[in-house]
Amino acid sequence: MSNGIKVIKDKCVGCGLCVKSCPYGAIELIDKKAVINEKCTLCGVCVDACRKFGAIVITRNTFRGQDIAAYSGICVYAEHRQGKLSSIVPEIIGAARELKKDLSKPICAILVGKDVSAMAREIISYGVDEVLMIDNPKIGDFAEDIQAQLVADILTEKKPEIFLGGGTIIGRSLLPKVAAKLLTGLTADCTELAIDPDEKILHQTRPAFGGNIMATILCRNHRPQMATVRHKVMKPADIVEGYEGKVTDMSHIAIPESQIEVLEFVEEQTETVNIADADFIVSGGRGLKDPKNFKLIEDLAKALGGAVGASRAAVDADWIPYSHQVGQTGKTVNPNIYVACGISGAIQHLAGMKSSDIIIAINSDPEAPIFDVAHYGIVGDLFEVVPEMIKQIKGA
Amino acid sequence: MKIVVCIKQVPDTTNVRINPETNTLIREGVESIINPFDMYALEEAIRLKEKHGGEVIVMSMGPPQVESSLKDAIALGADQAILLTDRAFAGADTLATSYTLAAGINALNDADLVIMGKQAIDGDTGQVGPGVAENLGVPHITDIRKIEEVTDNYMVCERLLEEGYVRLKVKFPAVITVVKEINEPRLPSLKGKMKAKSATILQWTTKDLDIDVDRLGLTGSPTQVVRIFTPPKPEGGKVYKGETRDMVSELLSDLQANGVAIKKSKGN
Ligand SMILES: Cc1cc2nc3c(=O)[nH]c(=O)nc-3n(C[C@H](O)[C@H](O)[C@H](O)COP(=O)(O)OP(=O)(O)OC[C@H]3O[C@@H](n4cnc5c(N)ncnc54)[C@H](O)[C@@H]3O)c2cc1C
Ligand SMILES: Nc1ncnc2c1ncn2[C@@H]1O[C@H](COP(=O)(O)O)[C@@H](O)[C@H]1O
Repeated sequence: MSNGIKVIKDKCVGCGLCVKSCPYGAIELIDKKAVINEKCTLCGVCVDACRKFGAIVITRNTFRGQDIAAYSGICVYAEHRQGKLSSIVPEIIGAARELKKDLSKPICAILVGKDVSAMAREIISYGVDEVLMIDNPKIGDFAEDIQAQLVADILTEKKPEIFLGGGTIIGRSLLPKVAAKLLTGLTADCTELAIDPDEKILHQTRPAFGGNIMATILCRNHRPQMATVRHKVMKPADIVEGYEGKVTDMSHIAIPESQIEVLEFVEEQTETVNIADADFIVSGGRGLKDPKNFKLIEDLAKALGGAVGASRAAVDADWIPYSHQVGQTGKTVNPNIYVACGISGAIQHLAGMKSSDIIIAINSDPEAPIFDVAHYGIVGDLFEVVPEMIKQIKGA
Repeated sequence: MKIVVCIKQVPDTTNVRINPETNTLIREGVESIINPFDMYALEEAIRLKEKHGGEVIVMSMGPPQVESSLKDAIALGADQAILLTDRAFAGADTLATSYTLAAGINALNDADLVIMGKQAIDGDTGQVGPGVAENLGVPHITDIRKIEEVTDNYMVCERLLEEGYVRLKVKFPAVITVVKEINEPRLPSLKGKMKAKSATILQWTTKDLDIDVDRLGLTGSPTQVVRIFTPPKPEGGKVYKGETRDMVSELLSDLQANGVAIKKSKGN
C-alpha cells in the first residue's frame, strides 16, 4: 500500500469538523463530503478531528526498521557549561526516573567534555545507574560537531531504547544532529513523557503552533526514541543519598576534529537577565509607555528576587534588549511566578509563558486576553499597582 | 559566495484564534506567510551578498503554492529560487525534511553557507537546520545573533545562549540558524517586485535529485503523530478590582494562603 490520505466516502457525514481543524486549509466540503487538496502535508490533525466517524485515514509505509529488540534502557544527555551541570540535567533525570518506574530498566547518562569527571558523582546522586564518560581536553563545551559524533558513537555502542536531552539551546542544536546520524526520530521540546502500557514505547507530547495545539508523537520502528525536554516542566530528581552507580570510561572512542573554534564565552548574567532559569519573572509590555518605566519592572523583579522579561512590542520599541523577550520569537519560560505588567496577552506572547506555574496579570483593560490565562488578575493602572506591590512586599 | 537560504511557508499564526465551542483553530482569513525567522535568514544572506558579492539562492520544500513565498523572496533580493515539490515529500518529519533539503542543496554544487531560521512557527522544532548540516556533512551553529567577520574560508559570529553569548569561528561550508536580533528585514523594492513577477521558480521533483526514495516524506519519517488535541482552555483565575492598596494586599494574602512564598527582598 502506498502512502497517502484518504476520505472514506461512506463514513463521511459532511460535518466539516476536519475542515475547521486543518491548519493548512487543505480540506473542502464538496457535495457534503470532505475532499483533500494538494495543500495537504499529511500532518494528521484531521484524522484526529474525525475520530468519531473514522472517515479519514492515513496509510504509511515504514522505512528500514531496525532490530529494535537490541535496544534497552534509558539514557540522558548531561549538558554542562564551564564545569557545572546545567540546571536541566536533574529535570531530565527526574523524567527518566518516572519512565523507569514503568520500564524497569536502568538509567545511564552521557557525559562528554574536558575536565568533566568531577560531575559524574553528582549525576549518579540523582539516581543514575551508569555514567558513560569521555573526559578529554580536545572536547570543547560548544563544539557540537565533536559532541554529536561522540554521543552518536556512544549510543550506537550502548543501544538505549530512549535518549533524552534538554530543550535548551545546546540540546536543541545537538540532538537533531545526533538523530540525523542515527537515522532515528526526535521530538522537540516535550512537556510530557509516558510509557505506553501495552507497547512499552515512549509517548512524547509537545506543544506546536505556538502552543495552540498539543501533539503526541511516537517513534515506533526506530531506536533510540529521542526527545528534548522543555526546561522547567519536569520535576527535578531529588538527591538519593548513597545511590550506587558506576562510571564507565568510553575513551576508546576516537575524538574527531572540530570545524568550530570557540573564541570567547561572555556571560551576561546579571541577576535580572537569565529568564530561562528564573523562578520569578516580571515582564513589561507596551503598557509601560516609556523605556524609563522599565525601572519599575526591575524594581519589582528585584523585590521578588527575579528576572525581567518583556513582550515583543517592548523589545521592538528598543525599550529593552532582545535577550529579555518572552514568546514565540523570544524565549520560552517556565517560572514559578510570572507577573505580566501592561501586556495584552497576544497569542505569540502566551506561547512563551503559558506553562508558568502561577501567572499574575496587571492590566488596565479588563478585556485583555492575558486575563484568560492569569491565575490572578489585577485590573488597574500598573503605575499605581506595581509601586504598591513593591511597597507591600518590602513591608511584609 | 554562494549562499542558500531555506525558507518555509507557514500559516500566519498572528490571527489564529481558538473556536471556544469546537476547540479548533479558526482558520478563516489566515494567510500563508514566509516563516518569520526565515525573513531574518534571507535578509542576512542579502546583506552578506551586498558586502562580499556572490549569489543568494532560496530553497523550499513544500506543495506547489509555496511558489508565491519564493516569489516574495525574489522581490526582496534573492537571485534564484527553487521549490522541491513532489507528492513523495509529503508528510515529512524533520529527519526526512532535512534529508530532502540537503539533497536539493547538494544539487546546487559548492554552496559556502546555508542560512536558516531558528525554528518554524508551525512545528516549532528548530531541528531542520542541524539535520541539514549533518546530511551535508558540514558543521552548524544555531541561534546566531551577529555575524562579525566573513573571509573566504571561515566566519566569526556570536551565538546566543541562555546566560549570555559565545563568539565562535566556523569553517566553510557551514549551516547557521539565526534569531530575530540579527537584523531588521527590509521591505521589497518596486524593482524587486517587478523582477519577482517575471521570475521563474525552478521546480525539482524526486527525479531531479540524487535521492533515496525510502527516506522521503511519510515513508522516511520515523516519528508519527498519533494524537492532536487542544490544550484545555484556561479557566481564567481570580480577578481583583477596586482600590489599588486593597487589590494588592488581597493578592498577596491569597498567594500566601495558597502556599506561594513571596520572597522578601534582601537587605530590607
Ligand atoms: C510571528 C510573530 C511572532 C511574535 N512573537 C512574539 C513574541 O515572541 N513575544 C511577544 O511578546 N510577542 C510576539 N509577537 C507580537 C504579539 O503578537 C504582540 O504584538 C505583542 O506581544 C504585544 O505586546 P504588548 O502586550 O506589550 O503590547 P499591546 O498589545 O499594545 O498591549 C499593551 C497592554 O498594556 C495595557 N496597558 C496600557 N496602559 C496600562 C497601564 N497604565 N496600566 C496597566 N495596563 C496598561 C493595555 O491595556 C494593553 O493590554 C509576535 C508576532 C508575530 C506576528
Ligand atoms: N519545508 C521546508 N523548506 C525549506 N526550509 C525549511 C523547511 N522546513 C524547515 N525549514 C528550515 O528550517 C528551519 C527550522 O524549521 P523547523 O525545524 O521546522 O522548526 C526553518 O526556519 C527553515 O529555514
